[in-house]
Amino acid sequence: MSVTACPGCTAGGEVADRLAGDQTLPTHELWLPKIHCINCIRGVEDALARLPDIDAARVNLSRKRVAIRATPGADPTPWIDALAQAGYEAHEARTNAEHAGDRGLLLRLGIAGFAMMNVMLLSVAVWSGATDATRDFFHWIAAAIALPAAVFCAEPFFSSALGAMRARRFNMDVPISLAIILACGLSLYETATGGAHAYFDAALSLTFFLLAGRVLEARMRRAARSAAADLAALEPRRVLVLEDGDKIGRKIEDVAIGDRLWLAAGARVPVDGVLKSLQVRVDRSALTGESDPIEIDEGETLTAGDVVMTGPVTMEARAVGEASTLRRMIQLAALAEGARTKYTSLADRAAELYVPLVHGLALAAFLGWSFATGDLMHALTIAIATLIITCPCALGLAVPAVATVATGRLFRAGVLVKSETALERLAEVDTVVFDKTGTLTRSVLKPPNDLTGEQLSVLKALALASDHPLSRGLVRALDDVRPAALDDVREIPGEGVLARMGDTVARLGSGAWLGQAGGTAFQIGEDVFGMEQSEQLVPGAADTVARLQTLGFPVHLLTGDTETHAARINAMLGADAVHAAMRPEDKQAMIARLQDEGHKVLMVGDGLNDTLALTQAWASIAPGSALEASQNAADVVLLGGTLERMADALGIARKARRRILENFGLAACYNAIAIPLALAGLATPLLAALAMSTSSISVTLNALRSGSIK
Amino acid sequence: MNILVVLVPCSLILGLGALAAFVWTLRHDQYEDLEGDAERILFDEDDATKS
Repeated sequence: MSVTACPGCTAGGEVADRLAGDQTLPTHELWLPKIHCINCIRGVEDALARLPDIDAARVNLSRKRVAIRATPGADPTPWIDALAQAGYEAHEARTNAEHAGDRGLLLRLGIAGFAMMNVMLLSVAVWSGATDATRDFFHWIAAAIALPAAVFCAEPFFSSALGAMRARRFNMDVPISLAIILACGLSLYETATGGAHAYFDAALSLTFFLLAGRVLEARMRRAARSAAADLAALEPRRVLVLEDGDKIGRKIEDVAIGDRLWLAAGARVPVDGVLKSLQVRVDRSALTGESDPIEIDEGETLTAGDVVMTGPVTMEARAVGEASTLRRMIQLAALAEGARTKYTSLADRAAELYVPLVHGLALAAFLGWSFATGDLMHALTIAIATLIITCPCALGLAVPAVATVATGRLFRAGVLVKSETALERLAEVDTVVFDKTGTLTRSVLKPPNDLTGEQLSVLKALALASDHPLSRGLVRALDDVRPAALDDVREIPGEGVLARMGDTVARLGSGAWLGQAGGTAFQIGEDVFGMEQSEQLVPGAADTVARLQTLGFPVHLLTGDTETHAARINAMLGADAVHAAMRPEDKQAMIARLQDEGHKVLMVGDGLNDTLALTQAWASIAPGSALEASQNAADVVLLGGTLERMADALGIARKARRRILENFGLAACYNAIAIPLALAGLATPLLAALAMSTSSISVTLNALRSGSIK
Repeated sequence: MNILVVLVPCSLILGLGALAAFVWTLRHDQYEDLEGDAERILFDEDDATKS
């Protein structure tokens, strides 16, 4: 038995077949952030199928993951390496698939669709002239289908509406639930008394359209969220603990006070502690924003989040878990009541306007008709018809339809929107605040100026051999240089990289190792070149700032670094205002002040020192290279670390907001026509069905309008 | 009008059949990767068996 319907689709090979044939669950999931097409699916599945220890592998392109079945608990590292060789970036996924929630919604959608179509057929018969016993018979069948279906399918709306009412708020689900319940109730009464006006089809199509909106929105959001969680999980979760001279891998959570940890050069300090090696240079920019590395002597404090530039070093853990600086920062950020908690979503604001208005009108209709005619039942029928025909359908779809389209476009462009109202808040932003260090700039080694082309290619080959952050920066700086072919390349931990080229020895590493005073140096044969470390803009930083300014956003630069550094960088950036030497609390206060002045601030930052500011701001973005804590604090995470997408994201958010407002306008137009008709007592089930479907379709089409959001 | 006694149950049974088919597809994870399945159609069968 194959999962897929057509024979061509089983070509994922026997792999897919084996996975489908045997219903056991996959044991591993890998995250493949860059896959996007048929060739990627095939490349990944083929590469994995060749590995002997994998029973089956199947790529899920929507979620950019591959599900693998192998021995439970097997180490996926060799598979990740195999995929890297085939050219696919892969990481172990942290979150596991949650099928249940989505399946429940899909099942409800399917049942609502089935019930809607059957009841609609019966209604068509009634509209085309069925009368008397035939009409009643059709109504009874419709009731038998519609009532259980409505109870089951509309349950998500009922429970959400109940939740909102308990908190004494209105959300969109309140009028929706009310319309469904009243439509069913009135129709049942009409059916029992042999009346003509049964609205079963309206109740069901309302449920069906709204469920469709929810399913799509939930899928898109789940994809973005799980990608964001995987990205954050890229931080190492394991450290090496020294026990009787042996290095033992251990989870960060299991490190105890007094444990001795071994850190390689370029590693991030996982817990607070003191240095037990002689002297080390440390990059503390994640905590302070200062771009210059600082020197730490034996016995001095290392803070979680520091990056060890020279190594390897030994440290002793002093504060772990809840007590560490990292944890305290995260807790502070969680406690800080950001602007966003006060934000009411557009849909809820629309509901707050719509509910009193329409319900007031319905009440007025009831009172007016009962005074005018004295017929209470007739007045009640008109009032309920008003509530049904005013169509919360378009209103209910207005936001999810647009949000799905916009979030989906952004997701494919590598912008992960995590929070539900992030797009709306992003659209309202009028000031952009950037953190400098790590977000806009990066510390890089400058290749010496007097190198020949050949020497440059040797330098690049050496830099390629190491994972040290400075080496990786150097590789980027030497982008257009072809690496030379070297023999016998070795990395000496804590010192640098060593290689031979014929008889010549080439080395790249710490100054002390190469007989220099300090810093980093490069040696080829007898020549030794000192290399300067300097702060450079990340690719696209200047363009992004310029583009934001053209779009009319004032750009502020916020940094924990010194005035001079900030001024030098801003000479290249051209931000409107620079604030230097800011502590984390200062950054937060600065944003709070801007917001008190009436601005809506977008904060872009990556460091631990930015988490408070990220939480405080109206909306926040973190680059994918940011620390987990900062990514968690931000609404939006940029995949791949490129800033260029930021301006696009703002543009898309603004257009999405405009579409949502247009949709509200469309819904209002329908109501402007439908309400007078309903109040006049002219509402019929046929009219209700027409209004319901045309408004839903026009709202959806508006959201999907080609080129509308790009 | 007696024809209704046959036709109405007929249409309901057909509808229920479609619903059952939908539930079956749902239970077999056919909605888990809509994008990927759309691309998988492009697999050339001969090609894939060779590789």
